[in-house]
Amino acid sequence: MVDRKLENFDCGHRACGGCGASAAVRMILKGAGENTIVVSPTGCLEVFSTPYPETAWKTPWIHSLFENASALASGIEASLKKQGRLGKEKILVIGGDGATVDIGTLCISGAFERGHDFTYICYDNEAYMNTGIQCSGATPYDADTTTSPAGVCSTGNNRPKKDLPQILVAHGSPYVATATMAYPMDLMKKVEKAMNTPGPCYIQVHAPCCTGWGFDSAKTMEIGRMAVECGLWVNYEIENCELVSQKKVKRVPVDAYLQAQKRFRHLFRPERNEAEIAKIQAIADKNAKKYGIDIE
Amino acid sequence: MTMQIMEGSIAVAETVRLCRPQVISAYPITPQTHIVEGLASIVADGRLDAEYICVESEFSALSACIGASAAGSRVYSATTSQGLALMAEVVFNSAGMRLPIVMGIANRAISAPLSIWNDQQDSIMMRDSGWLQFYAEDNQEAVDLHILAYKICEDHNILLPAFVCFDGFILSHVYEPVDIPEQEAVDEFLGPFNPYQKLDCNDPISFGMYATPEYYLEFRYEHDQAVKRAAEAFKKYGKEFAEKFGRDYSELVTQYKTEDAETILIAMGSICGTIKDAIDEMRAAGKKVGLLGIRCFRPFPSEDLRALLGNAKRVAVLDKNVSLGAKGAVALEVKDACYGMEIPIYDYILGLGGRDVRKSDIKNIVALCEEGKGDMFYGLREEVL
Amino acid sequence: MPLGIGCTARPGQSRNNKTGSWRVYYPILDIEKCTKCGTCQLICPEGCITQNEDKTYAIDLDFCKGCGMCAEECPDKAKAISMHLEEK
Repeated sequence: MVDRKLENFDCGHRACGGCGASAAVRMILKGAGENTIVVSPTGCLEVFSTPYPETAWKTPWIHSLFENASALASGIEASLKKQGRLGKEKILVIGGDGATVDIGTLCISGAFERGHDFTYICYDNEAYMNTGIQCSGATPYDADTTTSPAGVCSTGNNRPKKDLPQILVAHGSPYVATATMAYPMDLMKKVEKAMNTPGPCYIQVHAPCCTGWGFDSAKTMEIGRMAVECGLWVNYEIENCELVSQKKVKRVPVDAYLQAQKRFRHLFRPERNEAEIAKIQAIADKNAKKYGIDIE
Repeated sequence: MTMQIMEGSIAVAETVRLCRPQVISAYPITPQTHIVEGLASIVADGRLDAEYICVESEFSALSACIGASAAGSRVYSATTSQGLALMAEVVFNSAGMRLPIVMGIANRAISAPLSIWNDQQDSIMMRDSGWLQFYAEDNQEAVDLHILAYKICEDHNILLPAFVCFDGFILSHVYEPVDIPEQEAVDEFLGPFNPYQKLDCNDPISFGMYATPEYYLEFRYEHDQAVKRAAEAFKKYGKEFAEKFGRDYSELVTQYKTEDAETILIAMGSICGTIKDAIDEMRAAGKKVGLLGIRCFRPFPSEDLRALLGNAKRVAVLDKNVSLGAKGAVALEVKDACYGMEIPIYDYILGLGGRDVRKSDIKNIVALCEEGKGDMFYGLREEVL
Repeated sequence: MPLGIGCTARPGQSRNNKTGSWRVYYPILDIEKCTKCGTCQLICPEGCITQNEDKTYAIDLDFCKGCGMCAEECPDKAKAISMHLEEK
């Protein structure tokens, strides 16, 4: 049972007001439970929670570099095993999408292939937010970022999100899931499940970023829900390569989700870009079909 | 003491076993491979109770060592050349995190051009990383320096990682007699790993925080102070090592016939053996030549060198590395150490990428030095001149 | 105070950074309207909403950045939290 009262992330951290990642981290730590050692790669979370000496972490925490969190986790796991501490203490990586789907993939692939007992959670805010909203492998199609800017010859990022969950399913991970901070109970339950599943588990958590995506800080949860409702984000669980659950929705068109965020506003002005919006709708349709999320 | 004839890499692997690391994380690369193969089979045969992590890159090899060391285990890795270059970011990071990691370096040249053969450019490129750097002259030193390195690194007054450097192929693949110490003696010397702080749910600590401009300078200062303190720790534990194992490591600089020497050579690693033989022959011919071997490059033994060079008329530094556009790294350090002394110091870049250095070369260099010719690449093919 | 070797620190120190000073809007929680569902406490990115012994909730204005998520997410049947402009 998830202990909602468990608080391992302290006040006074320096995340932006309304930060989806910091809300997600509080929920993730509740799901993970006591006796969790956290590893964080470089990124927003690491920076807003640990300017020396003002740490926000009440559980053991370690940061080394941008790309090596899962290699660190491998070493911690091996050490705990040798000391007879593994099991009594658990290992959780929490990293952003840049550290996860881009620069850290080699280390993640190695650690998952070796089968270390740890859980890797990516808070996916769909760009390099710490350095100022640059395009990452997790940035969605047509999103305007500072390195995939919309312009006369560009409609933003010209590639869809890299599907890291499926890559890790292919590694034989016993538990791969997606979740969003907009559904806290679901997120916490999935984290608890991953932490109690032996072997390397992965959860990718949609974490809206009001600063990077361009919406009012009060709307973080709502934006997260809208992503699920239109099918651009799918919550599912894959256990031992089998899809075992998916969040079903009465799907709405992608328009409202896109219009609510500054990063997509170029699709609506000066006039509505029907062709591009249709391509994004097609991505949602494909997701819906692939995971069977539509409520008929 | 039982002398055994064995390959350098195997001697190192057997010694690492005696140091009882709980986690070993390494990636194979020539000429380091025999060490990690040796350790992998030692673990597979149950001769060492350790986790051997078969990582996917050197970058992960050292990263896993950070995790394991921070979690409270004694750790070991080994690499060389390109592997060390790939690790670069982790090398600096692990030192700044003040983790007592010991890593063997089977010294090899750096690409391009690709070369698997020996020089010392690889460890030298990490000279500013805040790791301690020890250089072995022969396989016995490679063995002993591993044990000594753990002792120094894990001292709570030091808390630093260390390279134990030994020349690739020239030492790593050479069979020579070595004394592998007894387990009991090594256990008594090192004791079990006693981390200064660790990742522990009963006492949560945040590791690897970032420092704002209000603190960064102080962290670098403290790191520098710790590296400097390691000089005294080396001497102290080197003396204890001598009492325990019968081989003296109480000096950062080894001396060979320097007392009355007019020409003093300074070098690091296996080349010192060749130099000693050359010195014997030159002495027999009436030349007063001596050698100072740098056993500890970081911290650099500047004070020791000043004292030892006092009576020499000239100094020849033999560098198996080069800071391109400047000089060899050892020569730069020696010149800095001897600033203000009235003694000419000449640098000779030689032996790069596995080029053999013979006794005749040493004699030629001494002759060049006597003529006041130096600060040069030695032994170049005619067509480039 | 000596530095934590290797840039380490023990918990509790982020609380020295009073992020409440960032706030433009501040929340008022109407205890009468509150149904004690706990949504605000769960979703607050700061973790600055605490539950009192009598099960009522309190917002710690030392740390509240005024993002407004709690007011936005407070269920329609309650709408117990309102946001107000700080007077500075």
